[in-house]
Amino acid sequence: MRPGVYEVEMGIPMRKFINETCGGLKAGKILKAVVPGGSSMPVLTAQEVEEVNLDYEAIASKGSLLGSGGMIVIDEDTCMVWALENLARFYSHESCGQCSPCREGTGWAYKVLKRMVHFDCTAEDIELVLDIGKKMAGKTICVLADSLAMPIASYIGKFRAEFESHVRKDCVRCQKRMEASH
Amino acid sequence: MSTPLAKVTIDGKELEVPAGTNLIEAAKKAGSAIPHYCYHEKLSIAGNCRICLVDIEKTPKLSIACNTKVTDGMVVHTNNQKVLEARQSVLEFILVNHPIDCPVCDQAGECKLQDYYMKHDLKASRMKEEKVHKDKAIALGPNVMLDQERCILCSRCIRFCKEIAEEDQLCFSERGNHNELTVYPGKKLDNPYAMNTIDICPVGALTSKDFRFKQRVWFLKEVDSVCPGCATGCNIKISHNKGVAYRLLPRQNEAVNETWMCDGGRFTFKPTNAENRLRHPMVRSEGALKVVRQEKAIEDIAKVLAAVPVSSILGIASAQFTNESNFAFWKFLKEVGVTDFYYQALEVSNPSQDDYLIHPDKNPNRAGVEALGLKALVEDKRYQLIFILGDLPSARLQKILLDRQRTVVVFSSHEGEGVELADIVLPVPTWVEENGTFTNKQKRVQRILPAFSAPAENKSVWEWTSLLAKACKKEKPVYQQINEVMADLSETIPDFKGVNPDKVGNQGFVLMS
Repeated sequence: MRPGVYEVEMGIPMRKFINETCGGLKAGKILKAVVPGGSSMPVLTAQEVEEVNLDYEAIASKGSLLGSGGMIVIDEDTCMVWALENLARFYSHESCGQCSPCREGTGWAYKVLKRMVHFDCTAEDIELVLDIGKKMAGKTICVLADSLAMPIASYIGKFRAEFESHVRKDCVRCQKRMEASH
Repeated sequence: MSTPLAKVTIDGKELEVPAGTNLIEAAKKAGSAIPHYCYHEKLSIAGNCRICLVDIEKTPKLSIACNTKVTDGMVVHTNNQKVLEARQSVLEFILVNHPIDCPVCDQAGECKLQDYYMKHDLKASRMKEEKVHKDKAIALGPNVMLDQERCILCSRCIRFCKEIAEEDQLCFSERGNHNELTVYPGKKLDNPYAMNTIDICPVGALTSKDFRFKQRVWFLKEVDSVCPGCATGCNIKISHNKGVAYRLLPRQNEAVNETWMCDGGRFTFKPTNAENRLRHPMVRSEGALKVVRQEKAIEDIAKVLAAVPVSSILGIASAQFTNESNFAFWKFLKEVGVTDFYYQALEVSNPSQDDYLIHPDKNPNRAGVEALGLKALVEDKRYQLIFILGDLPSARLQKILLDRQRTVVVFSSHEGEGVELADIVLPVPTWVEENGTFTNKQKRVQRILPAFSAPAENKSVWEWTSLLAKACKKEKPVYQQINEVMADLSETIPDFKGVNPDKVGNQGFVLMS
């Protein structure tokens, strides 16, 4: 309810920070996921959020990082395919184009994800996006490629059902959003 | 102090290389070829293509070989599963937006993208999206064409312009997969070394305006030669097919031209293919040059030689001809008693020049004719009979000819002013068709080999002078093959002592004096 910049004591429970310090989610909404440390960090599920405190070790134990501390709180209304496509669009636009894996990998992943959001995809495309992420990670001069590779692996790894719903073309959130935008 | 050596193990092979050697060069010595696009031994490191990733023990991630310097005890794997997978994925990424238009691409057959795909990838494409489209057939300058879609953005050409040509003309613009090669606003790729970017472009992005679409490269044969464009004598290869030369490429010689040549030199083969080539011996009769049998031309020369006093005969050698042509020419005339010799050279007003490869003397062999003891032509006396190698401007020729009863014998590959004044013309090969040596400004004797035979009845100067010697009843100089001319040159002329084909090799041999 209250996005902003906060300074809090290390180690307070993440759920407490979201609910009390930041005023919680909009009334009646259920938490789905949190990106804890900037958009490039692996995402945490609602269950993981319940279990972690705001410190480096705790978040690392869930396979993510506190990073920049830029936290994105995602509720049930957001489709994770759409969220990942949004990130891919950002990182492909942000890639300087110097290293081949990042220049081509971020752009390619974005194009495939864009198709997925529009329900024009197969189960193979999920594997393809995962593979693009895996293959561009750790192979470039800077970590921009990794910055998309980490969300790709964690979004698909933790919310695969949502990607599969796009293969079946039955993601209600995206259907509604597309209808609204027409 | 010599560079300390570092012991390195590459693919199980232990070797010692100077510390600081990069892994691509070290691996070459170990017999492991690491694929690379952006790396070029003569340019700074960019590290952007990422195809040279190798696995170094005790290093968690793969490292790019081009920007990794060997340290003592390093253990490197260039072909393990991890490396092969990374290599494959980099190739797949590079091909994502590449048009794969090999059937219409000039680079096909000498393309690193094709070669590495065949060697390291061979997978079907998984890319189903619309590719990024960019501009094609852009003239970057007078000699170089760009296809932005084929470009893999390695930046070799950009670095070449900046670091070797020292004219910053190329750059990248846009970001991500819209990144593209272009010239700076208001600039052209028009530096005098621009065409080297075509050679170092690993793909078909930069092509030669002159060469493109002329030949598929797999039909071309190559022969080692030396550029005749100036006294530098850049080492080159002539690409040719079925008696036609198509392009010249620089050939590595660290002491002369490293791996480069200038754009001007690239076109020195053009006259060989020209329409105004001489094909048959000609003798003047009733005021006009007429084609004759070679025996008739030889007889006529022998006759006039017998009739004219040697004091009224002049031989003009040429700084445009090989050492062997000039030597055989000089030796034959000397044998029949001639004592007056000069050489002519191509004189250019305001010649192009720089402090690198472009020398103001536009003759490939001035040092050679001077080593024969010849002096540049001075118009101080008139002669009744003049023998000339090459085409001498008519104004100069008129100044050294008697007004009447005069005879001019010209050895030339092309029609020209001097040929028009000639009484007897013997057709000779161009440098493209010639076998012999040039001596460059460093006094380096360098071999030129014939790409193909000269047309029709053209013969090398030493072949003509051998026939002439026989017609004049002289035992010398009569040669059966070029090696005999070289041997005679080496024995006769002190400066050329010790010069032989083996010593000259393909890197040249510097004269002692």
